[in-house]
Amino acid sequence: MKEADEHIETKKEAPEHKQEVVIHAKGIKKSFGKKKVLKNITFDLKKGENIVVLGKSGQGKSVTIQCVVGMLQPDGGELEVFGEDITTMNDEELKKLRMKIGFLFQGGALYDSMTVRDNLEFPLTRVLKLKDQKEINKKVEGVLDAVGLLDAIDKMPSDLSGGMRKRVGLARTLIVNPEIMLYDEPTTGLDPITSREISELINRLQRKYEISSVIITHDMECARITADRILVMDEGEYIAEGSYKELEKSENEMVRSFFNEPA
Amino acid sequence: MEAQQELSGWRKWMEGIGDYVVFFTRFFRNIFTGGFEWSEFVRQCYEIGYRSMMLVGITSFIMGLVLILQLRPSLISLGAESMLPKTLSVALIREIGPVITAIICAGKIASSIGAELGSMKVTEQIDAMEVSGANPVQYLVVTRVLATSFMIPLLAIIGDAIGLFGGFLALNFTDSISFSLYFNKCIASLDFTDLLPAVAKTVLFGFAVGFVGCYKGYHSDKGTESVGVAANSAVVTASLWIFIIDAIAVQITSLLFYK
Repeated sequence: MKEADEHIETKKEAPEHKQEVVIHAKGIKKSFGKKKVLKNITFDLKKGENIVVLGKSGQGKSVTIQCVVGMLQPDGGELEVFGEDITTMNDEELKKLRMKIGFLFQGGALYDSMTVRDNLEFPLTRVLKLKDQKEINKKVEGVLDAVGLLDAIDKMPSDLSGGMRKRVGLARTLIVNPEIMLYDEPTTGLDPITSREISELINRLQRKYEISSVIITHDMECARITADRILVMDEGEYIAEGSYKELEKSENEMVRSFFNEPA
Repeated sequence: MEAQQELSGWRKWMEGIGDYVVFFTRFFRNIFTGGFEWSEFVRQCYEIGYRSMMLVGITSFIMGLVLILQLRPSLISLGAESMLPKTLSVALIREIGPVITAIICAGKIASSIGAELGSMKVTEQIDAMEVSGANPVQYLVVTRVLATSFMIPLLAIIGDAIGLFGGFLALNFTDSISFSLYFNKCIASLDFTDLLPAVAKTVLFGFAVGFVGCYKGYHSDKGTESVGVAANSAVVTASLWIFIIDAIAVQITSLLFYK
């Protein structure tokens, strides 16, 4: 176990980040009917930083990142991405902004009717409007190589395992060179070994592509490997913030309950 | 309490109409803005048209055959047996062919579009498209609705021809009529006012099948059960729309051509 741990690329020390804030959220509120899902969400994501958001299921973790990408409109508060207020953007502005943000969905969200190659070509031809097939092929093969799935290029999504689907989903979001990555439970439903591989891949890709990330998870191993900073969410607001080591020693019962989970 | 429930029912109904209008506006705007997805449109034409041809062909053939067998005794009793080809061609081309083809397509195509888009919604594929900056309405909705509007009239025309052929075979079970005489009689009994309104209404039927299928799939709830609900609801709503459009089209045709 000790030997295995030595191979894990954990974020033992938070790297020094430039102070540029890429996401600024202050007092975000969101309700669905009478249910208040987000009550007061405040955080800043700095350039090149990995934030992990921990919390029980149904606490509004995913809703937070859906607001960041404009899929949901917050009911109140300030939400700026790259210094621009996302709540007042029109469709065209939102489209331009989304080109700089990658979003990895829980199940990978691969397009079922397309091969892996077509899935990766889709954002290149529809979003970046690339026409040169050689350039497209080079990008597709490059990004698949980065996630270690070059062999699966002509497979259909139905032929891939859960972990492979997430890797391809990750490749599809990375292919447009996003500056921010939003991961919605990237390791949920995977076995511990594949979960660890995905977490390490997130770290590796973050370094390679210099991406800022928000990772929604309740997988502590993923949080330990990927987090520069952890935010713990409970009942629609953040109740604790700090590095993995700092929060491990927290006296808050809710925070401790995450860290005391059996491995 | 009852009044409150009734009010919320009305509100839901009105919201539903509002959603249809918004979705139609998005569809219409996306036909003319951005690049048209030709490859997806051609793929949909193949899926919708070619893959439905066998079903439409067999059904139309049986329809033509059965109509002749059913009409024959009545027309013989009236001494109008020679009117059989004319009666069949007018009935088939004006009304039965387009409606039967559209109903079959509502069952086969609207349900499959509803289920496909519904499952894409459930598995977050539509969200993934939207979040990536691509346009899901342009790629998924515009192509499918235009493909159904284009292919269902073609299927109806092919179905009509096969139905007439079915009628020819049925007529030859008991009588003997040559192929050329039969088709000459069929075609002679038709004119422009039979063909144009029939084709025009199949375009509207095709639009209804594609649009309702896309709407139901695109607006399905998140959950596997909702995929089935979307498919089922697409068939029921599209079939209803086909009959409503047919009733309106017949009224307009009667006013314009058969005064």
